[in-house]
Amino acid sequence: MDSMRKRDQTRRIVPLVASLLHAGFPSPADDYRDDVLDLNSLVIQHPEATFYVRVTGDSMHDAGIREGDILVVDRAITPADRAIIVALLNGEFTVKRLSLQNDQIALLPANTRYQPIPITEEMEFQVWGVVTYCIHKLR
Amino acid sequence: MKQKVIALVDCNNFYVSCERVFNARLHNRPVIVLSNNDGCVVARSNESKILGIKMGQPLFQCQDIIEQHNVQVFSSNYSLYADMSARVMKVLASFSPTIESYSIDEAFLDLTDLTIDDLTEFGKTIKARVMQFTGIPVSVGIASSKCLAKVATEVVKTDSLFGGVLDLTQLAEDALDQMLAKIAVDDVWGIGRKYALFLTNYGMTTARDLKYADQKWIRRYLTVVGERIVLELRGISCIPLETERPPKKGIMCSRSFSKEVTTLAELTEAVATYTARAAEKLRQQDSLAASLTVFIRTNTFNQTIPHYSNSFTCTIAYPTAFTPELIHHALAALRAMYKDGYRYKKAGVYLSHITPLDAVQPDLFGAFSLAQHVKQARLMALVDAINRVYGRDTLFLAVQGTTRVWAMQRRRLSQQFTSRWDEILTI
Repeated sequence: MDSMRKRDQTRRIVPLVASLLHAGFPSPADDYRDDVLDLNSLVIQHPEATFYVRVTGDSMHDAGIREGDILVVDRAITPADRAIIVALLNGEFTVKRLSLQNDQIALLPANTRYQPIPITEEMEFQVWGVVTYCIHKLR
Repeated sequence: MKQKVIALVDCNNFYVSCERVFNARLHNRPVIVLSNNDGCVVARSNESKILGIKMGQPLFQCQDIIEQHNVQVFSSNYSLYADMSARVMKVLASFSPTIESYSIDEAFLDLTDLTIDDLTEFGKTIKARVMQFTGIPVSVGIASSKCLAKVATEVVKTDSLFGGVLDLTQLAEDALDQMLAKIAVDDVWGIGRKYALFLTNYGMTTARDLKYADQKWIRRYLTVVGERIVLELRGISCIPLETERPPKKGIMCSRSFSKEVTTLAELTEAVATYTARAAEKLRQQDSLAASLTVFIRTNTFNQTIPHYSNSFTCTIAYPTAFTPELIHHALAALRAMYKDGYRYKKAGVYLSHITPLDAVQPDLFGAFSLAQHVKQARLMALVDAINRVYGRDTLFLAVQGTTRVWAMQRRRLSQQFTSRWDEILTI
């Protein structure tokens, strides 16, 4: 370390941080190091199109989406039949399962206490994004 | 030389559009966004424009329209807009390797070397993808120069017939000239008010007039800057894309207070807070500053009070980005010029003589030790990281104050939908 500092001080310009990172005896395991697992890389496919929303209500209970859960919503994914989506319905956000059966768009709840919502012409309807993960706190 | 193909992608009513992504009730309704301290209108939805609300208009002047038409009013949610801007830019970067983020809501894309059959279709694809990924509507203008691309987006925005995309590269010269004849010379990109006035005095009132102006005459009176604009209007690209933003030579943090402040204690909080913010920006670009200027002033709009304004610059012996040290200098500067008995309305901190971190001269005599520097840098990196994760000012110096009654008033602020876990959209 001392010899390192001496060498630095005789030079006019030093890359300050980089030179320190290289100080000390290099670890023999350095060559074998991989990037540590990052949860982001698992749940986020398109960072620029990914948003988070918090769930209220229990209409998607049977799909494993509970009150207070955080949903990862990817707007880059084109919604397919059976996808769980965040939609805009008549000026309100809602999370439901998308149904595209028999030329009819419908929003299906995952809770028998709620009714499916067939989308009709006069409704203001828009898919906001596709839900890719649900973050559920266990304690 | 091969003709350039430049696209300008411009977000429509950007701040309003950002609010609309997260608030479904704002669609098809008049919306406005206000400036710092909720003073003036800085963004309007089309509905608000139709109601006659002007850009830059003070809020109190449009109070009647707002109440009559139930206009939705928002404070500027800068962290949300900055994040949405970064998202839009990232989507745009997938269309061309050469991109210039020109402002928070505009970017130039160089499409020259791409093989594109139909530029209008390509523009529509850009528009559709930005909309899908981010929810932000954009207009796209495509032309053979930046200046003409700018013209194209302006035309697109005023005429819904274009569907948000206009390609000028395929347009016949006389059709283009007709279009330019409808654009006032002061609306031409790069022509400031002074030049516009000058040109108007010589009978050049439209973009078309400027296009056919004598090149030498323009060069003489409008310098090479004006000459470039003339050439650009002729379709000759001569203002290159700035794909890499050079690090800033100075970093400014200045704000008006929500109310006039009269004590040194309050000014101290404000100046310390602005210094901390500027220092954070300094570290973001991996730089150190060797000079710091503080300025304070009273409210120049208020005719009924005595006025005082002053600034003080201090030179820092060893360039630094260490917040406590910068605050130390800033407060010394403040105390040096502070005068009792005035009602202060604004303060600011300006960092200059900026050098990149990797070109620091170590001090041979030991007053500035490498080890100490690294210790400071590590501490600041930690503070920045914590503030990034847990929100601005999770960690701050006590001198910045905890009440901050002078701080920016943003009464109609929407949530930090993309930067705070406790403020994300609830559905």
